[in-house]
Amino acid sequence: MLTTSITCDTPEQTFQLGQLIGRQAQPGDIWSLSGQLGAGKTLLVQGIAKGLGFEGPVNSPSFNLQHIYEGRLNLYHFDWYRLMNPREVEDLGWFEWTGRGGVVAVEWGDKFPKLFPATTLKLFFEFLSEESRRVIVEASHPESIPRVEELIKCWPL
Amino acid sequence: MNLLMRGLILGIESSCDETAVAVVENGQKVLASEVASQMDLHRRYGGVVPEVASRVHLESLPFLLKEVLVQSQTTYDDLAGIAVTSAPGLIGALLVGLSAAKGLAFRLHLPLATVHHIEAHLYAAQLDAASVEFPALGLAVSGGHTELYHMEDWGRYRLLASTRDDAAGEAFDKVAKLMGLGYPGGPMIEKLAKACPDSQDHFPFSKMKDKSLDFSFSGLKTAVMLEVKKNPPKGERDLQRLAAKFQNTVREEITSRVHAFLVDLKPKSLVAGGGVACNQNLRDALRKEAESFGAVLRVPPPKYCSDNAAMVAGLGAYQLAQGRKAALSATAQPQASFH
Repeated sequence: MLTTSITCDTPEQTFQLGQLIGRQAQPGDIWSLSGQLGAGKTLLVQGIAKGLGFEGPVNSPSFNLQHIYEGRLNLYHFDWYRLMNPREVEDLGWFEWTGRGGVVAVEWGDKFPKLFPATTLKLFFEFLSEESRRVIVEASHPESIPRVEELIKCWPL
Repeated sequence: MNLLMRGLILGIESSCDETAVAVVENGQKVLASEVASQMDLHRRYGGVVPEVASRVHLESLPFLLKEVLVQSQTTYDDLAGIAVTSAPGLIGALLVGLSAAKGLAFRLHLPLATVHHIEAHLYAAQLDAASVEFPALGLAVSGGHTELYHMEDWGRYRLLASTRDDAAGEAFDKVAKLMGLGYPGGPMIEKLAKACPDSQDHFPFSKMKDKSLDFSFSGLKTAVMLEVKKNPPKGERDLQRLAAKFQNTVREEITSRVHAFLVDLKPKSLVAGGGVACNQNLRDALRKEAESFGAVLRVPPPKYCSDNAAMVAGLGAYQLAQGRKAALSATAQPQASFH
C-alpha cells in the first residue's frame, strides 16, 4: 500500500492536480473521490477531463448521476451523492462502464467502497482552510501503486 | 407560428429518476399526465420501491400507460403519434422509454418523435396555455441543468449561458442538507425563506474571470458551508434568515443574467422551465424582469415544471407537424445537446 499527502493551497491547484492525473491516466484507471460538500471533487474531475484533452464544459453529475467526456481516453464521471443503495449503482451499468478501458472517476465513492476493484486509486479531501485542501492519495494494488509514484514525481506542476 | 400536430400524442419520459406518461391533444391540451413517483403505485399496483434504476422505469411503464389511457378515455387506436425523450440522460433509463415508444409506434403504425428533455422543459410553458410568442429568452433551471437560450422558435436555439459546475437545483438540495433540512431541499428552503420576505442579505455573487455570463453555484455552496460551520444556526429564526440569504443569492444570480440578455435580445417572451421554476420567489422576480422589458413571463404550473411526459408529447406534436419523424432505429443519446 502506498499513501501520499498532497497540499493544494488554492482551487487552481486542485484543478492542476486533476490535470496531472488526467495526463498520466491509463486505460482502466478508476478513481474513488471522497470529501465533504465543497471539498473540490468536481473541480478535480474538471482537471482530469482537461488533462485527458477534453475541452468542453464539465459539471457536477449529482443529479444527472453520470456524465461522459470524450478525450484521449473516455472519462466516465459518476456521482453517488443521491444514491442510497449499491443496487442502484449496478443498475447504472457500473460493471460495464468500469470495464471499457476508459478512465472512471466517482464522486462520493466512499459510499459504496465494496463496488470498487482492488486496483482502484482512492483520493480523500480534507479541509485545511476556506481555500486549501489536504489531498490523500492511496493505492493498495501492485498495478496502481506506480500511478501514485508518478504523481508524486511530477507534483507540483 | 405554432404549427402543431392535430390529434392525440402519447408521450413517454424516462431520462433519469422519473418515469412518466401523458396524452396530449393538438400539442397543447393535456388530457392525462402521470409521474410514477407521484402516483400511489404501491397502493394500486403493489411493491414499487423508489430508487434510481432502469428496472423501476421498466416496472412502472405498463401501469402508467394503462392509467393515462383510462384517465384520458383513450384507446391506442385513437392515437396519432408517439413521442419519447431520447436525450440527454442515463443510457439505461432512456432506453426503457425509447424501446417502449418504438414498440408502440411499430405495432400501431404511428409516427415516432424523439425529443430532447431540456427543450421539452421549455415547451412545457404552452401546455394548457396559449402559444409562446417568439423570439424568446429561455431559462432551463433544474437539479441537473441551469441554462439560458435565445429561442427563435421551437427547434431553433442558441445557448447563451450554462453552469460551469453545479446546477441551481443541486445548490438548493445540497444547501438544504448542510442546513440539516430534509428532502426535497428546494421547497424546504423556500418555505423557511418566506418568513423573511424583506431580507436583502446575500452571499457573494459568482464572477467569471473571462467576463462570461455563465453560471456557477459551487462557490455559493462552499460559502454556506463555511457560514454554517462558523455560526451554526440556533433555532428556526436563524435557519429562516440563512435560507432567505441563500435563496436571494440564487435568485439574483439568475435574474441578473436574465436581465442582461433581456437588454440585449429584447424578446417577446421569457420562457422558464425545470424544477427550480417552481420556486415562487424566483417566478415573481422573473415576472418583474420580463415586464420591465415589455416581455411576457411564460412559466408552467409546478406540475409541468418538474419532470413529466406532457411536455414530451407536446413537443413531439410540434416536431411531427414539421415532418421531423424519427426512425425506428433511433438511439438514446446520453450527452446530446439540442442547440
